[in-house]
Amino acid sequence: MIPADDAPAPAEPAAGETPAAARRGWPLYEVFVRGKRGLNHVHVGSIHAADDEMALHNARDVYTRRNEGVSIWVVRADHIAASSPSEKDPFFAPSADKIYRHPTFYAIPDEVPHL
Amino acid sequence: MDTSTPEDAELQAQFDATVAADQRIEPRDWMPEGYRRTLIRQIAQHAHSEIMGMQPEGNWILRAPSLRRKAILLAKVQDEAGHGLYLYAAAETLGVDRDDLTQRLVDSRQKYSSIFNYPALSYADIGVIGWFVDGAAICNQVPLCRCSYGPYARAMIRICKEESFHQRQGYELLLAMVNGTDAQREMVQESVNRWWWPSLMMFGPPDGDSPNSQQSMAWGIKRHTNDELRQRFVDMTVPQAEVLGVTLPDPQLRWNPDRGAHDYGEPDWAEFKAVLAGSGPANAQRLAHRRRAHENGAWVREAARVHAEKQAARKEVAA
Repeated sequence: MIPADDAPAPAEPAAGETPAAARRGWPLYEVFVRGKRGLNHVHVGSIHAADDEMALHNARDVYTRRNEGVSIWVVRADHIAASSPSEKDPFFAPSADKIYRHPTFYAIPDEVPHL
Repeated sequence: MDTSTPEDAELQAQFDATVAADQRIEPRDWMPEGYRRTLIRQIAQHAHSEIMGMQPEGNWILRAPSLRRKAILLAKVQDEAGHGLYLYAAAETLGVDRDDLTQRLVDSRQKYSSIFNYPALSYADIGVIGWFVDGAAICNQVPLCRCSYGPYARAMIRICKEESFHQRQGYELLLAMVNGTDAQREMVQESVNRWWWPSLMMFGPPDGDSPNSQQSMAWGIKRHTNDELRQRFVDMTVPQAEVLGVTLPDPQLRWNPDRGAHDYGEPDWAEFKAVLAGSGPANAQRLAHRRRAHENGAWVREAARVHAEKQAARKEVAA
């Protein structure tokens, strides 16, 4: 379903204006699903749950109703450390100037096979 | 938008370049406040619509005519709950809290799709809701899979994959009915008559009366105008109606070879506005039901939280 996005709506508060902690809801978990054997777990979304076990059950019900997975990881969102987008350039800069890490850096004569 | 400092101007330029290059904006990227507010409003309304959309159909689960139909309807209504949760999760990446959004819904401070303020009066409505309402939803949602905001686009991809089942089960139900008795065929036609116009209204007001559309399109949130999507739905539905042998209740509906599209009549926009404003046939009932369910669940949410805290404390002592 989708609403008519032109529906007049009252103004939204600024992001994060209502502190979640004030109402003490269930914590947020990020959900990772292994689609089938041989593949990595991939992030699929998030879920709220009171504890780890409930998070696994909720993740199963919400993200794998049609055999989308053979294994699920859940992790408390506040336990994830992430790089900051604002330091994108300096953080990833060390990989940009080392072109000799790529196989195309090396010129090999065409007649050399299997290389 | 505030581009008062060189830094802001640079962030704005980066954002604009990302959108222009058809790349995705991700949660921790800088974004204009208006973009964030628009997305929160739209995704929350979309999530609320999924959750409220469980009601007209959930009401028929116990009255489904066979175990097969009951299982299908149960699975569909469960999907709607799942779709609501994907979307609340996407909204939360913008810095809002799901509990807060739910509170806004039950306090009537946020909207949901006007279509769910119409009652499902017969079992044929279950078929027509799948065919029209989910069909219209697909028209609306497929372009949103390419929305500029990553988490919303990804939720939509997941939803669209599941929505196809919703539409097909509805159409198949109607096929079974039109191949049944005269009374069943009449039920289908009567249901089509009631749902056609409200379904056309699902695409929102006409383009000339849709002030937010242009900005949403500039931001890459929206890809097509309301009228374009409405036209697509009409053109898609007409041949489906022919196969069922039902008449769409619009005397102006006809193929226009010049446009390569169907001409059709104008929905009653006064009715649309009245339903949005809260005076549709089932607004009060739907909202009261949602509020009751939310309040009745409060002790369960609280008990689970306290139990989890107690277990965690015990584990700590034991360690």
